[in-house]
Amino acid sequence: MKFLTEFGRYLLLLRGMFSRPENAKMYWKEFMHQCSEIGIGSLGIVAIISVFMGAVSALQTAYQLVSPFIPLSTIAQIVRDTVILEFSPTLVCIVLAGVVGSKIASELGNMRVSEQIDALEIMGINTKSYLVMPKILAAVFVIPMLVVISAVLGMIGGRLAATMTGILTAAQFDKGLHQFFKPYNVFFAMAKAYTFAFIISSIPAFYGYNVSGGALEIGRASTKSVVVSCVLVLFADYILSAVLL
Amino acid sequence: MIEVKNIKKGFGDKTVINDVSAVFQTGKCNLIIGTSGSGKTVMMKCLVGLFEPDSGDINYDGMDFSAMNEDHRKGLRQSIGMLFQGSALFDSMTVEQNILFPLDMFTKSTPGEKMKRVDEVLDRVNLQGANKKFPAEISGGMKKRVGIARAIVLNPKYLFCDEPNSGLDPQTSLLIDKLIKEITTEYNITTVVNTHDMNSVMEIGDHIMYMYQGNKEWEGNNKEIIFSKNKLLNDFIFASEFLRDAKDMRMLEAEGKIDKQDLDELLK
Repeated sequence: MKFLTEFGRYLLLLRGMFSRPENAKMYWKEFMHQCSEIGIGSLGIVAIISVFMGAVSALQTAYQLVSPFIPLSTIAQIVRDTVILEFSPTLVCIVLAGVVGSKIASELGNMRVSEQIDALEIMGINTKSYLVMPKILAAVFVIPMLVVISAVLGMIGGRLAATMTGILTAAQFDKGLHQFFKPYNVFFAMAKAYTFAFIISSIPAFYGYNVSGGALEIGRASTKSVVVSCVLVLFADYILSAVLL
Repeated sequence: MIEVKNIKKGFGDKTVINDVSAVFQTGKCNLIIGTSGSGKTVMMKCLVGLFEPDSGDINYDGMDFSAMNEDHRKGLRQSIGMLFQGSALFDSMTVEQNILFPLDMFTKSTPGEKMKRVDEVLDRVNLQGANKKFPAEISGGMKKRVGIARAIVLNPKYLFCDEPNSGLDPQTSLLIDKLIKEITTEYNITTVVNTHDMNSVMEIGDHIMYMYQGNKEWEGNNKEIIFSKNKLLNDFIFASEFLRDAKDMRMLEAEGKIDKQDLDELLK
């Protein structure tokens, strides 16, 4: 019953976002600000994770492929597909659920507790539109870009690790990257990225927007939003894999 | 003028406001006073539309607020300014940006005109030179003044102040009270102040409504309040011995048993 109530309130929050903006310029400004916060703000952590993710993936694949009948370039092929299909969209989005999600929840929670949201409402501003929608749109716009960057960096990381440790040459790695490439995998990765971006922005926005109480509740809402987002990302990952692959 | 008719509001089984009616007049400081939990804040939140009353009507200069759709309410809200208990300034913005925000959102003025208006209201609240400071860098009293500046920047017709003196020292409280009073008269707006600060009651209470456990218990002004016979009101106002003594002396003065000059000297 509680789940249905919460889900209903979540849908009402989403529905409440759609109204005529009081001033389109201000909404655009807020959208750009959020793009910068979410995109530029997360670029560093995404880059670090992606490079190491690709590097570890290359080393572990090489460790497991011991058969002399499998060409070495297959390592690069496996790194490419793992990074595109799973690591970049899912792992990066789970990390972003922590980084971006907790930021959104605590920012909105703090605004709620300190009556800043009430102040905006009294000015005649639809706070769901002005505060929540730019965050969700910015996430849906920027996170797929981060996923693409992550995939590229992941492959670069794999290449660096593979060549530096002498597992295979740069030419062998590049050959592996090109062989049996399916563009559909990129479409699948993007479908995941858009879905996850929506989850990791809207869920924390819901928990943050509806905080009541004080500082302790902001922390709780932030933690809860990250946990719920991560679980939903994994659940959506399974559903999308089952449906699209 | 804001007219409230038979407002009721409850949360679950608990009735917080019970059939309250009142008229808040234009150009006057209308005070809602009462102990904590008496329903003052809920009353104010109903007035500004943050809470929907369970029943009753709220009329803003004859316009029925309860019957308005969201678009009409948005229009009306642009003529409402509110000072919050904790000031509710946007932490990520400077003082100047906080005041500019309503102008940016709702006016089509040029940047120069907007800045001129910001300077005007900052002058009005005696905060010249604080433009570039962030809320975290200014004192509680200054935050309240920035809150007032933001509330009046769009020339509102109605001003709501929720506990404007909370957390302030007596001198700063007095300055804030004076500012609210001056702005009310100068702009001829309907001001509603939620307070339990007795200095405010005496200083700016043109019209006072005392609430007790969700009911309107007494109504009058700052001249009448001191001579009220309402026990609940007297228990609330004259909670301290000092104030009780002061009241007794005022009563003696009113009855001609003590000279006014002597009394003033004594109270000094």
